[in-house]
Amino acid sequence: MKNTINQAFHSPKFVFGFVIFAIMLCLAILVPAFSKADPLAMQAAACYRPGTYFSIADAIEAKKYNLKMDIKSHRFDKTLTQEDKDSMVEWLVKFGNVEESEIPADAEEFVVFWINNYKDIKIKGLTNAKKQYYRKLTAKLSAMLKTSDIVIAGEDPDTGELIEENKIEFNSFTNVNDVTVRKTFLLGTDNFGRDEFIELCHAVGTSLKMGLLAGTIATIIGLILGLLSGYLGGIVDDIIVFITNLFTVIPSFVLIILISFSVDQSARGVLLVGIIIGATSWTWTTRSVRSQVISLRNRDHVNMSKLSGHSLIRIVFEDILPYIASYVVMAFILQISSAILAEAQLSMLGLGPATTKVATLGLMMNWAMSAQTPLAGQWWAFLPVIVSIALVAFSLNLMNTGLDQVFNPQLRD
Amino acid sequence: MVVTNTTERKPCLSGRGVTKVFGFGNQKTVAVDHVDFDFREGDIISIVGESGSGKTTISKMILGLIGVTEGEIFFQGQPRDIKTHRKKQEYWKGIQAIFQDPFATYNMFKKIDEVLLDCINMRGGKNLPKEEKERLMTEACSFVNLKYAELTNKYPFELSGGQMQRLMIARIFLLKPKILLADEPTSMIDACSRATILDMLLKLRDEINMTIVFITHDIGLAYYVSDTIYIMEHGKFVEVGKADDVILNPQAPYTKRLISDVPKIHEEWDLSTV
Amino acid sequence: MGKIMLDVKDLKTKYVTRFKEDVYAVDGVSLQIEEGKSLGIAGESGCGKSTLALSLMGYYFAPLHYMSGSIEVDGRNISNMTPDQVRKSILGTEIAYIPQAAMNALNPTQKIIRFLEDVIHAHDPKVSKKDIYDMAKERFEILGLPESVLQKHAVELSGGMKQRTVIAISTILSPKVLIADEPSSALDVTSQKMVIKMMRDLMEKGFIKSMIFITHELPLLYNVTDDIMVMYAGQIVEKGTAKEMVFDSLHPYTYGLMGSIIVPEAGTRDVKLTAIPGTPPNLKRPPAGCRFADRCKYATPECKAFAPAMKDIGGGRAYRCSMSLEQLKEVYGRD
Repeated sequence: MKNTINQAFHSPKFVFGFVIFAIMLCLAILVPAFSKADPLAMQAAACYRPGTYFSIADAIEAKKYNLKMDIKSHRFDKTLTQEDKDSMVEWLVKFGNVEESEIPADAEEFVVFWINNYKDIKIKGLTNAKKQYYRKLTAKLSAMLKTSDIVIAGEDPDTGELIEENKIEFNSFTNVNDVTVRKTFLLGTDNFGRDEFIELCHAVGTSLKMGLLAGTIATIIGLILGLLSGYLGGIVDDIIVFITNLFTVIPSFVLIILISFSVDQSARGVLLVGIIIGATSWTWTTRSVRSQVISLRNRDHVNMSKLSGHSLIRIVFEDILPYIASYVVMAFILQISSAILAEAQLSMLGLGPATTKVATLGLMMNWAMSAQTPLAGQWWAFLPVIVSIALVAFSLNLMNTGLDQVFNPQLRD
Repeated sequence: MVVTNTTERKPCLSGRGVTKVFGFGNQKTVAVDHVDFDFREGDIISIVGESGSGKTTISKMILGLIGVTEGEIFFQGQPRDIKTHRKKQEYWKGIQAIFQDPFATYNMFKKIDEVLLDCINMRGGKNLPKEEKERLMTEACSFVNLKYAELTNKYPFELSGGQMQRLMIARIFLLKPKILLADEPTSMIDACSRATILDMLLKLRDEINMTIVFITHDIGLAYYVSDTIYIMEHGKFVEVGKADDVILNPQAPYTKRLISDVPKIHEEWDLSTV
Repeated sequence: MGKIMLDVKDLKTKYVTRFKEDVYAVDGVSLQIEEGKSLGIAGESGCGKSTLALSLMGYYFAPLHYMSGSIEVDGRNISNMTPDQVRKSILGTEIAYIPQAAMNALNPTQKIIRFLEDVIHAHDPKVSKKDIYDMAKERFEILGLPESVLQKHAVELSGGMKQRTVIAISTILSPKVLIADEPSSALDVTSQKMVIKMMRDLMEKGFIKSMIFITHELPLLYNVTDDIMVMYAGQIVEKGTAKEMVFDSLHPYTYGLMGSIIVPEAGTRDVKLTAIPGTPPNLKRPPAGCRFADRCKYATPECKAFAPAMKDIGGGRAYRCSMSLEQLKEVYGRD
């Protein structure tokens, strides 16, 4: 056993898979351990992009500094894209009766030139959307040209007069560290305004737990049926093979959908979905265990054990199980990975665990889908989930192939 | 080899019309076809046949590892009854086996001590004091020229093929069965170790007075060790007799062919007869 | 004395195990075969005889590594060739090799004639299929194989037939040396005899010029080959003609090996088999002295300290033992 583990860690594939898996596991264990807050508590409005948010009121109150800086051209550099510039030039040349050589190169001069020449007129050959685009662009740019100070006024409770409370000069700045109330969303927020990162860490943990449950159930059922069918043979074998074939012929995913659908929404928790997935995906384990046992039961060491008068149970546990243990471990790892994927698929269809207490990877995908985040370009709502699912499945499969190299001497270099 | 007068001794294992059919319907194959045999006490019997002749099937039937389709096997004059597990255990106290491939005979997860302890337990020595058990194991190991002290806490695959096969004999020494079925015990080990194994088996037979049934494809080996030879072809015994009669004066055409096809040392090996 | 077909001088090769340990499986082997002669190599499993067979081809790939020595086939040194050169210009035409499980190497989806086409085209791509078929048919007829075999798939043939077909395919280009490593061990006695007869036919008809036959079955070797060499722990310990080796063996190991022969003929039951106790030395760290000293009945402390050299006593006979001929005769009780 010790030797096997030692050898496993000499296989680069296994080590690579193990490292990825360990990182995922650490995230799933450590993050929930340190953040006691409810992962499903709403923190913000829907789908805020990743970044640090701080209170504007605090920023206004914070100490101000005056920096000498060409703020306008910085603004233009940051907001005016090459695409915008190109379409503006196109408009000027086509409809503004301007020669291309007259257009100034400097950003600020260019914007001023645009505002002077642009007319919101009816032009044939320009779609409504394009017209809208030019209108919005112009509004944005003219706002940027402003360099006046901003005055914050409060209403006098007695007279209703506006009194200047705070004045923000054009070139006043504040140190980010002076703003006391801040919040960082590493991966933004989802469509319910929850912190995506915390939610994801919890979801990975839940999905792994569910995968472990489903994998354990599938492996135990598969192992018991495979051992019985392979070792006893005869009529028991026929019946078990028949049932196994039945389950193999009906695609297990369809079966999962049907069972999930027939279970009441309120009762369908993570535990139950795990059991459902486990109870439908044991066929592969059964078949492989059965074929292994059949080849083992005619081996001489089993015959010798029989001749020593050992009972059936003892023969199974001492002479058969140790020989297929490595195989079962590998099947178990694969079952976990496929159960996590099955849960994701099921949840995407809306048949996954119905819960408001915990998130699973599949549920997060489902929420991101139903809020149409891919269409809105809100990548942070679904991409990290996809990457997590892929990493977990990939690392488990990598560990499995690594173990295959360890257990199967023919695959060793 | 000492050939004693075998007619006086009663058979300890016999079979009447023993048949084994595998599969059913169109895929029916008759592996052993109505064979009769009488193995006399204290004899060394060889069953010789080429691969596919059914010699392994008959050995498994004799051992009770697979069922008999038709016919009956008699053990020490009585019809054999191995219907329940308890009765099987009782039967296996009287008949034991050594298998062909020493590397496949041992459970590689079990230590050598456990293998030998099993034998002591089977002979009813479960409650013996630890020292007594160790004494028995040491005695068995020294019988086959192995040192028990060097074997404790070792796994069988750490031994060489010849040593493993000797350990198997040590096992038989502890079990003291009436009949030993040796299925090609020397075919996987080197010629030099073969003589050692054979010597030990013969010594063991004299020590505990058991009957040895050799299953082999090597007709030379069968001739060297056995008193009686059964030649098997396609599930039937085509020739049965004393070793000298069968080998030096074969009657069945199959036996004649078998003997002529084996290369020899003193006689000319006629290659033109193929 | 005929032309020397294969001349090997002090060949040393090693295996590298998974744990990067060196196993010196062939440690200084010299041998010569004349045209029309066959040489048998005998020894226990693990003595290096199969490694020797692979090494003789000059075709080295991991984990087998060439260390030193020379191999000359018909005057051509092949030991310094690259594996690619060896495959192109040596295998098939100069040396043919038949491993034990050769019959299982046939691709089950192809007809036998396709293998022959492959072999011939590898050396001369211009030969037409018709010519190959005629040539194969003629060769198969001479060797006693039915023509119908050419159009069959490997799975349709019995084990013995498959093995004979493989031998016919590998010798189709009439190689100068045929190396056969246990070609008949997995077969039953009748098929074995047919394989042996075919190999003898190949020699008699001149399709192969010389043969090396490797097996652990001594009676077979005695009947098949002219000369026998006995290998022990990577070295040759004795060589001589088949008759001399069986009836007048010199080295204590050979003596023990020959004493373990059992054949079904009169007198077998009167002989007491000799057993050699112990196991061969570990070839990762070969002993400094005589490699057989630990198992030898007659070993002296000097045997364990000094490795004896091969003693040539004329007539192609040589042995590797510190005892003289007279001493050996005395200990075996021979006249």
